[in-house]
Amino acid sequence: MIAWTIYLSLIAALLVLLAPAKSARWVALLATAAGFVIALVAFCAPPSDFARMTTIINLPWVAPLGISYHLATDGLSLTMAVVTGLTACCAVLFSWQLKERPSEFFFWLLLVVAGSYGVFLSADLFLFFVFYEFVIFPKYFLILLWGSTNKEYGAMKLTLYSFLGGILVFLGIIAAYTSAGTLDLQKLSHYSFTSSLQIWAFPVLFLGFAILAGIWPLHTWAPTGHVAAPTAGSMLLAGIVMKLGAYGALRVAMNLFPLGFHFWSKWITLLAVIGIVYAAAAALRQSDLKFVIGYSSVSHMGFVLLGLAAANTLGVSGAVLQMFSHGIIGALLFALAGVIYLRTHTRNLDDLSRLGLSRTMPFLTVMFVLASAASLGIPGFSGFAAEIIILIGTWHSYPVAVWITGIGMVLVAAFTLRALRMSFFSDASLASHEFAPVTQHDPMTLPERLGSILLVLATAAVGLYPQFLLDRIMPAIETMRFLKL
Amino acid sequence: MSYLQLLRLAAPDAVLVVTALLVLTLGLTNKGSRRLSSALAAIGILCAGGAVLTLPVASDSFHGMLVVSRLNSLFELVCLLLAFFGVLLAHSEMPSSNYPEYLAILLLATLGLLLLVSSEELLMIFIGLELSGLSLYVLTAFASRNVFGVEAGLKYFLFGSTASAFTLFGLSLIYGFCGSTALAGIASALAMRSLPVLLYAGILMTLVGFAFKVAAAPFHLWAPDTYQAAPVSSAAYIASASKVASFVVLGKILLLAFASKAGSAAWHGFVAGWVPLIALLAALSILIGNLVALAQRNVRRLLAYSAVAHGGYTLLGLVAGGRAGFSATLFYTTSYAVTLLGAFAVVGLVRRENGGDDFAHFAGLRARHPFAAGCMIVFLLSLAGLPPLPGFFGKFYLFSVTLHSGANHGLLWLVVIALLGSLISLYYYLLILKAIFFGQPSLSTPHAEPQVFRSVTLAILAAAVLFLGLWPTLLVDSILQALP
Repeated sequence: MIAWTIYLSLIAALLVLLAPAKSARWVALLATAAGFVIALVAFCAPPSDFARMTTIINLPWVAPLGISYHLATDGLSLTMAVVTGLTACCAVLFSWQLKERPSEFFFWLLLVVAGSYGVFLSADLFLFFVFYEFVIFPKYFLILLWGSTNKEYGAMKLTLYSFLGGILVFLGIIAAYTSAGTLDLQKLSHYSFTSSLQIWAFPVLFLGFAILAGIWPLHTWAPTGHVAAPTAGSMLLAGIVMKLGAYGALRVAMNLFPLGFHFWSKWITLLAVIGIVYAAAAALRQSDLKFVIGYSSVSHMGFVLLGLAAANTLGVSGAVLQMFSHGIIGALLFALAGVIYLRTHTRNLDDLSRLGLSRTMPFLTVMFVLASAASLGIPGFSGFAAEIIILIGTWHSYPVAVWITGIGMVLVAAFTLRALRMSFFSDASLASHEFAPVTQHDPMTLPERLGSILLVLATAAVGLYPQFLLDRIMPAIETMRFLKL
Repeated sequence: MSYLQLLRLAAPDAVLVVTALLVLTLGLTNKGSRRLSSALAAIGILCAGGAVLTLPVASDSFHGMLVVSRLNSLFELVCLLLAFFGVLLAHSEMPSSNYPEYLAILLLATLGLLLLVSSEELLMIFIGLELSGLSLYVLTAFASRNVFGVEAGLKYFLFGSTASAFTLFGLSLIYGFCGSTALAGIASALAMRSLPVLLYAGILMTLVGFAFKVAAAPFHLWAPDTYQAAPVSSAAYIASASKVASFVVLGKILLLAFASKAGSAAWHGFVAGWVPLIALLAALSILIGNLVALAQRNVRRLLAYSAVAHGGYTLLGLVAGGRAGFSATLFYTTSYAVTLLGAFAVVGLVRRENGGDDFAHFAGLRARHPFAAGCMIVFLLSLAGLPPLPGFFGKFYLFSVTLHSGANHGLLWLVVIALLGSLISLYYYLLILKAIFFGQPSLSTPHAEPQVFRSVTLAILAAAVLFLGLWPTLLVDSILQALP
């Protein structure tokens, strides 16, 4: 059943091209909502099934090379499928008013969604990589054709960085394939690669994935790409695409090459910590609201890498929880930034500070405050739960890293509050309100409200009861062999 | 062997000759029968394909001069199929003057390719090379009003004849040492002796001719002009059918005849032989082709340099050697040929409407021909090697075979160069797509023609590319079964 998330998205992608332009958004919404529901139903099954990969379908594809069409799920992949469904659904809701060539827009959007489901569900390394690369070029068109600031540059940069990551992954994959002679992920995860191979192949593979997860210093595509992308594009990038990288790093790089991982894990920790602090500091100096959120994405993804590098159950499970959590919060922040831009045609914080949005758009303000609270890690939201688990996990492995990360967290709070204050609660707008006439903006539309409420509810639900997710994530992590070394 | 038996074995070639003569006669008698001559040529090619299917499973006549094997039959079919699309393209691209003659020469070129594919004997191979080569020079310079086309034809001819001279000299050296012109005879003679310098020179010179044929750097200099200035259908034919046949026969010469003198190009395990030469050609082609393509602003010239790079990737399979390596090469060159035909079909469409093939002429194609623009996405992304298209599968196959063949990952350097080349190539393919989807047409409003025939051709080619990407098993299986 869960495989239908892929097929439905692909079928819908074809349908939106054929159907009249007006009905495209309904087709897209139905497909993404159905995908979300399917993923959620599969996810709510009792957690005892989630430790091992359960095969859904396994057909030979290119038999002479040992390539098969093999889909399987465990707690890890289902967690990611749920966040994919939710983000995709909300991305469609926030593109409801799109006027320009909606059919093509939803076509590319649905291709990204289908590819992402495919990545999370595949259990064959070749199939995994097909889906992984399949996500690259739709992003290029989404940004180039419907983007905003500096979109040609942003689209090209993002695509080339993704592809650079792609060829590194490709090299790692064929190295694993030619050594082990199989592409089946489960067989590969039991195969003992020589340590010399692991020591050169692991960093290649991990770095390839980590580029997509926004690892410092190869993160620069992320802010540029996020800013250039249309609202739904940024939501997909932050919500899903960056997670593809982190997921691949965990599922493929770390799972296949445990020796290489332990050899390099301190360097990953170093890069992750630098990424958290550097991106947070950079976000503090941005004047474009989307750049602030873009850098905050890099900073939050740094936590994912930190959790992975901790190499213990707690840290890695926290990293997966953070992938889920940031998928929702990042998508929400970008969505709200898109709502603002659609009304005011500016994202410049100085300009926004003169508009007094908190008075003209109360609902938006409430949502943005909630999203900021979730983003800076207030207890009760998912971000807090994930980050605290990561830090506890890291404490066991690299206590120093936790201290430095503490500085990063202060910076995160600082830039989040700064952006919140400048865009909604600035003194200038509050003081001048009595005298200057206030520009009226259209209120948020129903689909936008629906989408933001969904995302806020999701982050609050996970924040209040993270155990529901952890019950499903932890068994899957515990079977991975890098923990046992 | 009676003449009837011989005719039966050479039936595909005979059908092509007869068709070529018929088309030529038709052109002499009836000037305006454009459709008729295209139809006749197409039917002739299909009949030749049918004749290939009726060939016996295996036979060897005149010490390898005419060999029927599953591999040869398979690639005769592939060449005929590509020639068929060449005729379709010619039908929509070529002007009516002397059109039947053009078709006749195209058919003769195809005959040359069939000879090339179906012989395992050096002299016959050389005759095939020359027959196809001479026809292709004429096809390049066919539009005699177009000065650049004639220039390209002349360049192609001069380079080609020099390369042929080298090849012939090399073949004579090999014959002198081995006392045989049959590939099997050469193989057994070579296996028993060491490698004297002069024989090495013979192998080297033979390779020059083929490197020229597949446009491997540094023997690629004819390609940009030919691709850019030749009639679109000629360029497409040269880039597809001729290249496939050359790779088939190059692979057979290297892997059958020279197998014992392969050597190794591994990083710390260098052994003299032809493998290091091919590895060097491949690395140069990938680097030069991709880097120079970056600077191009004419789509056909860009495709020419990218073809040099693709030739380099394809050579990787021969470096890897063995059954797996050869089959990877054959898969890649076949899927590449189909993809490039499609790209040239779109180029032809743009050229006919806008009178050129620079990036500027492609600007705004999406608005005029959404279908052609969509097909171009498929073709270019396949060339760039993105899944789920055959370019990706082909690269996966080639690179994994190459990495596997070098002991202790000794060929990693070559794979890394090839991967870097792929990264560069994505950039310039995206530039074309950007012009198509994002560029504003700056030229005066072009006239859109009714395009039923063209659209059908494009749809078939795009469907074929998608099919090869999603279901590569079919081709891989038939190639692997055909290889002993």
